[in-house]
Amino acid sequence: MEPSDQNAPLRGAVTTLDCIGPACRCRIVGIRASGALRKRLLAMGMVPGADVEAVRAAPLGDPVEYRVKGYALSLRRAEAGQIEVVPEEE
Amino acid sequence: MTGIRVALAGNPNVGKTTLFNALTGSRQHVGNWPGVTVEKKTGRINRSGHAIEVIDLPGTYSLTACSADEVVARDYILEERPDVVVQVVDATNLERNLYLTTQIAELGVPVVIALNMADAAEAGGCAIDRERLSALLAIPVVRTVGIRGEGLDDLLDAAVREAETPPHHEHTVGYRNDVEAMIASLVGVLEADKDLAERYPLRWLAARLLEGDENALAKVRESPVSPRVQALLSTIDPDECEAAMADRRYDVIAAVLPQVRTAGARGMNVSEMVDRVVTDRYLGIPIFLALMWGTFELTFAVAAPFVALIEAGLARLSAAVAGSIGPAWLASLVGDGIIGGVGSVLVFVPNIFILFLILSFLEDTGYLARAAFIMDRLMYAIGLPGKAFIPMLIGFGCNVPGIMAARTIEGERDRLITILVNPFISCSARLPVYILFAGAFFGAAAGVVVFLLYVLGIAAAIGSAKLFRHTILPGESSPFIMEMPPYRLPTAGTSLLHTWSRGVMYVRKAGTIILAGALVLWCLASFPFGVEYGSSASLAGALGHLLEPLVAPLGFDWKIAVALLFGFVAKEVVVGSLGVLYGAGEEGDALSTAFLADPGLSAATALALMVFVLLYTPCLATIATIRKETGSWKWAGFSVAYGLVLAWLLALIVGRIAPSFIGGA
Ligand SMILES: Nc1nc2c(ncn2[C@@H]2O[C@H](COP(=O)(O)OP(=O)(O)O)[C@@H](O)[C@H]2O)c(=O)[nH]1
Repeated sequence: MEPSDQNAPLRGAVTTLDCIGPACRCRIVGIRASGALRKRLLAMGMVPGADVEAVRAAPLGDPVEYRVKGYALSLRRAEAGQIEVVPEEE
Repeated sequence: MTGIRVALAGNPNVGKTTLFNALTGSRQHVGNWPGVTVEKKTGRINRSGHAIEVIDLPGTYSLTACSADEVVARDYILEERPDVVVQVVDATNLERNLYLTTQIAELGVPVVIALNMADAAEAGGCAIDRERLSALLAIPVVRTVGIRGEGLDDLLDAAVREAETPPHHEHTVGYRNDVEAMIASLVGVLEADKDLAERYPLRWLAARLLEGDENALAKVRESPVSPRVQALLSTIDPDECEAAMADRRYDVIAAVLPQVRTAGARGMNVSEMVDRVVTDRYLGIPIFLALMWGTFELTFAVAAPFVALIEAGLARLSAAVAGSIGPAWLASLVGDGIIGGVGSVLVFVPNIFILFLILSFLEDTGYLARAAFIMDRLMYAIGLPGKAFIPMLIGFGCNVPGIMAARTIEGERDRLITILVNPFISCSARLPVYILFAGAFFGAAAGVVVFLLYVLGIAAAIGSAKLFRHTILPGESSPFIMEMPPYRLPTAGTSLLHTWSRGVMYVRKAGTIILAGALVLWCLASFPFGVEYGSSASLAGALGHLLEPLVAPLGFDWKIAVALLFGFVAKEVVVGSLGVLYGAGEEGDALSTAFLADPGLSAATALALMVFVLLYTPCLATIATIRKETGSWKWAGFSVAYGLVLAWLLALIVGRIAPSFIGGA
């Protein structure tokens, strides 16, 4: 990845899924979790290369509902924080 | 006649249960998978000269070995080698469902896909070219609509055909080149072990080894080829391999889908609209609370006339028995013992059925998943997963199914904590005790008192969960990864079936444990022969006097001690036995009057008693369930002891401080 210049909004910069705001789309580039959590995430379609859209947060702010692989999945922010994503440009 | 074993597999919420019921009707057998507490359902069908046994595997998203459900499903296919696996697939959610297909196919068993929910997919304007899908996957695909029983014959025919065809080529996903190369070398090494080669599909085994699958590693540990396998594995990164394989499976699916599916316009669908409201930041919680409140209102309001009917019926029966049975002791045994004891439980049957009906409805529509979504933050703060909320909710009806509902929780510790705190959730059996005492002593404030008791139960559950989390069951709560299924309108059939199976459990409890308890109670109250029923001179009275010193600090006398002892059978029995001990019968009014006339009973004592009943030792059926679900008497015993201690302490505290609030004894 190219070093991004100055303070321009970091398009294409890697962040984690929990930082994605509602109604934003992004693409998964990596899963940091290991073990059972990793297997669960992969099985549920959270695989590198998948497109994910944040749908909404629960009334108390956590967990967050995402749309991935054509269905709705909810994750706590703690788990979403283990998923590396690149925001998609509109 | 040849026998064919058909295993039903599939993701959760795809309609697998509905399909299983439609296929097997009432010819079902429910048991447990060996060694685990996962329910095993089997059914038999005869069809065109074949005796077909259908085995319902647990619903799983994948066949990695992360949860008990997954291990059960995977081991069954691997070790028991069913003749064919029928995977139930949700046609509205092909992408994720087919992921499991790729895993089942790797196990080298014949597979048939039941493309279920076909009606929902079609209604959404989504057309699926089944023939093309079947050709691309090399797996027969049959259209089914579980709720209407459509496609069952075709499905069975396809299953039989597949089972009888000699195994064709293994249709597995082709992985990335370097992964394939590793698989090939591993297979080369594994082949040397004839035992392994005979028992497992080697390509499958090699792929699992690459993923670092514990279960697979254990299978080769004893093998002579183990050192060479380890040497090969030491060169790779299992996490990376796993992600690469998962990615590849989804790639294959992504390549298939556009060829077989013409998706309808994905506009705002109904589910999305409902969710906007139901999980709204401001409306979500009030709606949730309103639904829960409505559930309990309905439970009692709708059930009331049926309860009255049953009460009237029982009263007639008792009267008839008293009038027609010869010896007085026999009339007493049947009237006081059997009809009185079992009747005290039967009167709750309408409440229980209606509660279960509403909960089944909420579950089948998909709302319970939203409830877990809304509640997770709070539950997390308590140290439990959002899913633990459902067992708690069901616990308000009856702790037995509540504890059983904890099966959906993956983490073993989370599951244990959820089970252990469930008895503090005030089940409906405790309500008659509250109604009786709150009604007698608190008049207009009775409603508030009962409400506070429910709150206290919840607080005890929360406090205990926190305590357990920090002491005997330390550790993080398991991650929350939950599918939000689209809302569905359940058919009356599914909801009633769910209700029925839970309700019958309750009635069976009434028929067995409680009947036995009632008989023991009757004997204790009637012997030694000749004493007045339930009097101080009877065995029950003696027992009560024996226990009295233990409960005296709480302000309870021997009568209450006896009633509490019998409440161990089932908490509603407390009312019945007090009726006997006060000689007032089952009638609530007479009993209230008797209480008020008893100088030993003050409002504060009544309050302490209600607190004690709320918290102490769960009933016999609950203990049996805890034993069954945790697999050990240790936890059942712990639950009994912990409950007793907590009840004693809180009843003491409440009994001491209550007088200053309610104006003294
Ligand atoms: N529209 C539609 N709904 C279905 C079909 N099969 C099952 N359902 C509904 O889907 C929900 C979940 O079904 P269930 O059998 O409990 O799913 P399981 O979790 O896979 O066992 C219930 O509300 C069913 O009534 C179907 O073919 N079409």
